[in-house]
Amino acid sequence: MMTNHRNRITQGQFSFLPDLTDEQITKQIKYALEKGWAVNVEYTDDPHPRNTYWEMFGMPMFDLKDPAGILMEVNSCRKTFPNHYIRVTAFDSTRGWETPRMSFIVNRPKKEPGFTLVRQEGPSRHVNYTVRSYAADKPEGQRYS
Amino acid sequence: MSEQASNKVSEANPSIVSDGDTPIDLQAEFNSTHIQDVLDELDRELIGLKPIKTRIREIAALLLVERLRRKMELTSETPTLHMNFTGNPGTGKTTVAMRMAEILHKHEYVREGHLVSVTRDDLVGQYIGHTAPKTKEVIKKAMGGVLFIDEAYYLYKPENERDYGQESIEILLQVMENNRDDLVVILAGYKDKMDRFFQSNPGMRSRIAHHLDFPDYTPEELLAIAKLLLTQQNYRFSSDAEKAFAQYIERRMQQPHFANARSIRNGLDRARLRQANRLFAKKSSLKKMDLITLEPEDILASRVFQQQIQEV
Repeated sequence: MMTNHRNRITQGQFSFLPDLTDEQITKQIKYALEKGWAVNVEYTDDPHPRNTYWEMFGMPMFDLKDPAGILMEVNSCRKTFPNHYIRVTAFDSTRGWETPRMSFIVNRPKKEPGFTLVRQEGPSRHVNYTVRSYAADKPEGQRYS
Repeated sequence: MSEQASNKVSEANPSIVSDGDTPIDLQAEFNSTHIQDVLDELDRELIGLKPIKTRIREIAALLLVERLRRKMELTSETPTLHMNFTGNPGTGKTTVAMRMAEILHKHEYVREGHLVSVTRDDLVGQYIGHTAPKTKEVIKKAMGGVLFIDEAYYLYKPENERDYGQESIEILLQVMENNRDDLVVILAGYKDKMDRFFQSNPGMRSRIAHHLDFPDYTPEELLAIAKLLLTQQNYRFSSDAEKAFAQYIERRMQQPHFANARSIRNGLDRARLRQANRLFAKKSSLKKMDLITLEPEDILASRVFQQQIQEV
C-alpha cells in the first residue's frame, strides 16, 4: 500500500479517482438501470481487499426506473454509517453472468490509516506475507469512529 | 423548432428587464414538446370527460409556461402536481392517469414517465416495522414517474387505531413534499370516501393541488365508447345491433353495480362470446363480414333483457 496515495483503498470501479459527486453517482446508477441490473447498497468497516461480502443496507432494489430512489438509499446509508465504506453494486441476473457487473465505493471513512505488512516466519527460511489494516485492530463498529 | 425557440430564450437570458419585450414563440415551444399529439390522442380515445380534458389542457399549458420561465431563469421552483381523481368506477381514472404520466414526461416534468399503480396492499404491511420498507420500496419504484394509488381512502382506517395505514400516509406525505422533482402522486377513489379521507388527513389535502372529479358517462357517450372499443378489436355493430346495444346500455344503467365503461366492456366481451357461439352453431359458409359483425341477437340474449322480462 506504499504506492497508494493517502492510503485510500482501491476496490471496484473509480476508486483511483477523487470521490464521485452525487450527480456522477446518479449517472452511473442510471447506466446500470438501463442495462436492467438490480442495484443495491452495501457497507462495511473492514477494508481488507479479500473482504468481498459486505453487509447489505436494506433490501436489494428491483424494477426501479430512476436512480433517485437508489440515491435516496445511499444518502440514508451515509447518514447511518457516516464513517464506513459504502458501495453501490449492480447485479446482472442474466444467465451466464449472474454476478455483479458494477461496483463502486460512494463513501469512505474520513481517515483511512492504511495497512501493515505482516511477515510470518515458517519452517526453514520460508516467510508468509499478509496485509492487515490498522483499523482492523479495533472491534467491528469502532474502527473508524 | 426547438432550437429556434431556445435561441430566442438565450437572447433574452442576460437581462430580464431590458429584454422584457422580446417576443417569445410559445407556439414553437408548444410544438417542440409534441404535446399536441398526446392531447389529440386524448380527444380521440377518451369519449366525454369534458371537465377532465379542460383541466389536463390547463395543466399542460401551465407546464409549458413553467418550462419557458425556467429557461429564462424566472423561476426555479417546480410546481406541485400531485393530483386527486374522484369518480365512480369505470369512469377512466386509471386511463387518464396513464395519459397524465405521458404528458408529464413530454414536458420533462418527470424523467421516465412510467406509471406504478398500487393499492393499500402494496403499501401497508402486516406487522410492526413492515410498512415503512414496503411503502418506500413502492415509492422508489415510482420515482421518475407517476405513483397511482387506487382506492386511496383504504389507507386510513379510523375504526382501527393500531392500523398501519397511518404510517404509510406519513411516509407518503414526506416524499410528496421532499421529492417533488422525483415523482408525482395521484390518488384515486370514490368521491364521498375520498372526501372523508381528506377530512381526517388535512396534510394530504393541502399537498394536493389538483382535484379532478370524473363525471358519469351519458348513454350516448357509452355507446360511442362501445363503438370505439369494437373498432379497436376489429369488430362492428350491424345497424340493428347498434340500436339493441343502445337499449342494453339504458337497461344496464338501471341495474346495480353499474361500472360505466367497464360494464360496457364486459357487455361487449359477452356479446363476442355469443357471436362466436352463433357462428359455430351456424356452421354454413362464413364470410369475413360475419366474423366482424355483431348482430342484435348477440346482444338481446343478454341477462339484462331477460331480467327485465321476468319483472314484467
